[in-house]
Amino acid sequence: MAKPDSLFFFIDPSRCIGCQACVHACTECDTHRGDSMIHLEYVDRSRSTQTVPVVCMHCEQPTCAEVCPADAIKRTADGVVQSARKPRCIACGNCVLACPFGVPELYDERKIMMKCDMCYDRTSAGKKPMCATVCPSQALFFGTREQIDQLRPQSIPTNRFQFGGQAITTGVFVMAPRRLAAPAPLVDVTAALDDRPPARAVRLTLVPPPASDRTGAAPADATDPFAAVEVPS
Amino acid sequence: MATLPADPQQIIERFGPHLSSMSGVRLSTSVEPERLVKTHCCFCGQQCGIQLKTRDNVVIGFEPWEDFPFNRGMLCPKGVKRYLQGAHPDRLLTALERSPSSPGGFRSVPYADAIARVAREIERLQTVHGPDAVGVLGGASLTTEKTYLLGKFARMCLRTRYIDYNGRLCMVSAGAANKKAFGIDRTTSPWSDMVGTEVIWVAGSNVAECSPITTNYLWQAREQGARIIIQDPRITPVARTCDLYLPVRPGRDAALFAGVLRIMIERDWIDHAFIEASTTGFDEVAAYCREWPLARTADVTGVPARSILQAAEWWGTATSSFLFHARGIEHHSNGVQNALGTINLVLASGRIGTPKSGYGTIVGQANGQGGREHGQKCDQLPGWRDISVPEHRHYIAGVWGMDERDLPGPGVDAYEMFRKIDAGEIKALVAICFNPKISLPDASFVTRALDKLEFFTAIDFFLSDTARHADVVLPGSLQEEDEGTVTQVEGRIIKINKAIPCPGEAREDWRIVQDVARALGRERGFTFDSPRAIFEELRVASKGGVADYSGVTYEKVEREMGVFWPCYSEDPRSGAPLADHPGTPRLFEPGSYNPVAKGAGPFYFPDGRARFNVAEYRPPVDDASEEYPVLLTTGRVVSQFLSGTQTRRIGPLVRQYPEPRVEMHPRLAGTLGIADGDWTTVETRRGSMTVRASVVTTIRPDTVFVPYHWAGPKSVNQLTVAAQDPISRIPQYKVCGCRVRKADGPPPYAAALEPQQ
Repeated sequence: MAKPDSLFFFIDPSRCIGCQACVHACTECDTHRGDSMIHLEYVDRSRSTQTVPVVCMHCEQPTCAEVCPADAIKRTADGVVQSARKPRCIACGNCVLACPFGVPELYDERKIMMKCDMCYDRTSAGKKPMCATVCPSQALFFGTREQIDQLRPQSIPTNRFQFGGQAITTGVFVMAPRRLAAPAPLVDVTAALDDRPPARAVRLTLVPPPASDRTGAAPADATDPFAAVEVPS
Repeated sequence: MATLPADPQQIIERFGPHLSSMSGVRLSTSVEPERLVKTHCCFCGQQCGIQLKTRDNVVIGFEPWEDFPFNRGMLCPKGVKRYLQGAHPDRLLTALERSPSSPGGFRSVPYADAIARVAREIERLQTVHGPDAVGVLGGASLTTEKTYLLGKFARMCLRTRYIDYNGRLCMVSAGAANKKAFGIDRTTSPWSDMVGTEVIWVAGSNVAECSPITTNYLWQAREQGARIIIQDPRITPVARTCDLYLPVRPGRDAALFAGVLRIMIERDWIDHAFIEASTTGFDEVAAYCREWPLARTADVTGVPARSILQAAEWWGTATSSFLFHARGIEHHSNGVQNALGTINLVLASGRIGTPKSGYGTIVGQANGQGGREHGQKCDQLPGWRDISVPEHRHYIAGVWGMDERDLPGPGVDAYEMFRKIDAGEIKALVAICFNPKISLPDASFVTRALDKLEFFTAIDFFLSDTARHADVVLPGSLQEEDEGTVTQVEGRIIKINKAIPCPGEAREDWRIVQDVARALGRERGFTFDSPRAIFEELRVASKGGVADYSGVTYEKVEREMGVFWPCYSEDPRSGAPLADHPGTPRLFEPGSYNPVAKGAGPFYFPDGRARFNVAEYRPPVDDASEEYPVLLTTGRVVSQFLSGTQTRRIGPLVRQYPEPRVEMHPRLAGTLGIADGDWTTVETRRGSMTVRASVVTTIRPDTVFVPYHWAGPKSVNQLTVAAQDPISRIPQYKVCGCRVRKADGPPPYAAALEPQQ
């Protein structure tokens, strides 16, 4: 069986609450119990509680596979990029270095690269991936395009990313606020590294909530809500 | 004799907390479970549905339960890893007796001997000092059946007035405010009502960490157009992207509500028709609010004036809305007033009892709702009855088959019980599901009181910090080792199912309570053979009370995946038997009938009207001062639960957030010369602790935060103040003055203790 082609994985970092339920749930998966194939990071905890869940983006032309000298990384016909195949993987770590999203990890003891395979054992059996099932804020969502359109009218799914000169189309979608996504069809990821991002860039840390432009009020992160608070001495 | 029997380090060595990990069968990728048991998480008040995988009488993992309507398979990290509390190396498998000469200070004793000794000591102390010499402490993580049995045990078997529970630290401010304003104490609406509302105001609730599943409801409401207002001294994960953030100074909530209501009245953003037809007391409240002009409100609360105006406008002009609050505004010596302040905003808006408008408190514990309804509170009898009301006493005495004159009167709150222990009035304590040594404020006082007990017995599955003081520890049951019902945050009664039997000589808690009654020779009324049998009596005992469960059966709960109380067995209008009352998902619907108002109106008072109550601001006790200039507030982290007796034993959860840190703003840290990760000493009038600093811009620069799940030198309740609300008796955990300085070096515990210990 294959993953039904009507079902897609969607990530909405604006919803993420950093609870790590996804990471813990991943360690419960029957194919790699005890190890998580995904991770979740603070962007900059000193400034914000913003966290980003990182699952494999399942690229249409996976950079990890392209750089693999042993041809160990395969993409299934239904678009799932799988962990390295054990007989082939030489644990060189090229994929780890090359992946623009920072997904694959090398498991030194087992001498193999392993990563998120979209819970292939579950998704190919009609279930949702473990992480998207448990996610309490549904920052990770698995379902149809119709469902996401109905549930998330304020955002649109995007699956094209610009890394410097490299444009990547992925099987996994990232939810972008509708009004920002319109003028910026690409999520310019490396722009977040620049001091002065190009005008069309979307920086995840700066994405305000969808409702704020409607109301004129500032979201908590955009200005310093504690500006007037005096420090006790 | 209830002093520690051995050096804490020795006790820890033998009894933990040690960490469990995925190992053996739990790590195998090829072992199939024998059974999948549909039940609920053992932790917070959300009570997410979950399926536990079992094999050879061990829970080996979980599978999401996507059909359960509240959480649809969603779980937080505690839910995912909850199963690792089972088959744990620290699990108590026999009864223990205090024994200073034994390793770790305790020796195993046969269960029957332990029960006999407990009965002997109770008998002895009650004979000498009277029935009130023995106190009972319960908890709101117990099933409703157990809480009912415990109340009955205290009043009918022990004949003591002294019983109270750890909900005293949790839901009582909300409960008291609900009782004063609505005549009933329950969240008004199912959470699904939230999606489609215009405004949601969350007052003092770190939803993302304390009730994570509610986050999806908030975000779903936002996607459908709701504006989210968050009132909190910290930019919590849900505050990060909210539409309006109210950075309230700890302890100033009632002032904020009064100031907002004043603006609503001035601008006529209130529902005159509703106030006129369905409430009383508005004029007094309006008169009080006049004392809170905008400038004063902003000055006292620390919330910018424009944000207060914005909140008043959004709240005042909405056509549908929800308001939720939690411990952030309730854990105060002004907690009931704070909660009443929110209710006044709701009543002035007139938006309650309709499909997209509601009000509620987000309960903290598994049975935060059900655990406060059936008689383990010091002033309460089952069905939310009042132990001081003659008719209520008469009814319950009838159900229990005892003379009403033998039924004790009201006791005192849990903290006051410790004062009575300290004063020598209470000599013995029977405790279950309560870890006051960590969870009550001013821990050194609580420890002193525990030390003074002549006899202390605790029912526990791990040796909690409090149980270390016990003379006899009786090995109780984990949640997955017993069945019963709990009532979750929405007021939905749900069924906990038994997944595995108790290991070793451990027994279901209700059996242990009955064993003590039998050993005392007072077993009449304590011969239930199952939780179902207890529930059947509870149905009768609750009948006719405000919290009426009489129409609820186990079958109905399982069939309908939860039943909202009140659920009647007889039509409250006519008294005619009802075969299948649907329960009450939404309270206060226009035209609804309840047995108190008898048709006069939707609220649970004889005139059917809700009450406005003047919700007065009072500054916190032990407020910031010249000597202690910084405000200290406390709370939870997402990976830990309450005093950590369970979650500090689960390896993956401990690794997520191993030890408490003190959160502070970089501007405050800068003036103190403290950098992120530095050892930092926080000191109040009661004690001091040294933990590492977490320097973040997400907290008010005049406030520091320390989570409370840890023990001993890492317990922030060494520092908190035992000031209590005069009505609810809840302690003021959420604010007190402190001073903060960079520590000279690591504290002694850093080298001696593992993070979770």
